Amino acid sequence: MNALTFLAADEPENPLIPPIPELVIGLIAFAIVFAFFAKKLLPNINRVLDERRAAIEGGMEEAEARKAEAQQVLEDYRAQLADARHEAARLRQEAQEQGAALIAEMRAEGQRQREEIIAAGHAQIEADRKQAAQTLRQDVGKLATDLAGKIVGESLEDVARQGRIIDRFLDELEAKAEAAAETKAEAGR
Amino acid sequence: MSPDQTLAFETDCHIFDGCGFPAPGLHSFTFEPIATIGGFEFTKPVLLALLGTVVVMVFFWAAFGKAKVVPGKLQLIGEAGYDFVRRGVVYEALGKKEGDKYVPLMVSLFFFVWIMNLWSVIPVAQFPVTSIIAFPAGLAAVVYVLWVSLTFKKHGFVGGWKNITGYDKSLGAVLPLVMVLETFSNLLIRPFTHAVRLFANMFAGHILLLIFTIASWYLLNGVGIAYASVSFVMVILLTAFELFIQALQAYVFVLLACTYIQGALAEHH
Repeated sequence: MNALTFLAADEPENPLIPPIPELVIGLIAFAIVFAFFAKKLLPNINRVLDERRAAIEGGMEEAEARKAEAQQVLEDYRAQLADARHEAARLRQEAQEQGAALIAEMRAEGQRQREEIIAAGHAQIEADRKQAAQTLRQDVGKLATDLAGKIVGESLEDVARQGRIIDRFLDELEAKAEAAAETKAEAGR
Repeated sequence: MSPDQTLAFETDCHIFDGCGFPAPGLHSFTFEPIATIGGFEFTKPVLLALLGTVVVMVFFWAAFGKAKVVPGKLQLIGEAGYDFVRRGVVYEALGKKEGDKYVPLMVSLFFFVWIMNLWSVIPVAQFPVTSIIAFPAGLAAVVYVLWVSLTFKKHGFVGGWKNITGYDKSLGAVLPLVMVLETFSNLLIRPFTHAVRLFANMFAGHILLLIFTIASWYLLNGVGIAYASVSFVMVILLTAFELFIQALQAYVFVLLACTYIQGALAEHH
């Protein structure tokens, strides 16, 4: 059998004229698919897609919250750090001030002590001087008297003798002064 | 042609055997009934149509029946397909707000058409159900009825006619001509082209595949074997090409449906 005999046996139909049974079956088949999609499958998948979106958005919100929290903690930490630094600076400042005050106080104390010592020294020197002047006055008077007596006792004509008398007097004077210094040193001790 | 119609052509016919090329033609699209129930002929396309219906429903039941927030592989594939139609076609043409209502229709339309096209390259089936005009015509009729009713529902009787006829006062003298053309184009040509575009693509694709498949077999004699191999390569290439065309035509069918509905919902200009 070939195509021609086949065509002759089954009269050729216009392929653009839809056969009614197939049309009906096609429509019914599509109606079933459509109903199944519209009533069951797509609501099903849409619900799941919405849930997924919600889950993702929920996750994002949580992440956002965590981020904000972390930011808050960081800020707190920074604030604390700044406070601590401020405190440390304040303490350092205080310590410096205290140290400076202490030094000034000690300096004032030292100054006072020094002045006391100096004053005491001056008083001592004054006392010594007065005592020395006193002693000197007595000694000079006595010496003058001794010298005058000796000058009167010897001949004043001979210059050489005069010189010898003066030398002898001065030697005695020196010896006396040394003796006096030694006694004074001993007394000072 | 063998009466049981399991094969599309004579298998005992080869070149140089004094036997002509059993070219495919309109007869390739008519089948002996598998069974006759009360005068209704239950043929291979009808069987494939019903099988396709079952396949689509089973696949999406498996994918979406017990949908989970964390999807399995099958659900992921189903979601990809669903999202492609929803976002790529419906939202794209109608916007999210208007389009949401038509998502179920368009999604089922797309996958229904696609599986009907897909039978073309599935072994043993190897017949695109949509190359029988009844199936695309039915689907186009559904879209047509929806489009026309939406037009009148949205704009009222007069407004609906203005929408369909492309009424626009600023056109002046050519307005009557435009109205005639628009009405003719919208009400008569549009559903026809909508159905025939799908039908003709599948019809032609099936004929192409048949030509090279039959040729591969027919040439399998003597020196013809060399040509048969070329023909067979063409079968493979065309099968790949048909796979592309099947998805594309399903996409175009749904995209056009969306565009028509968008036109019905749009304010007439």
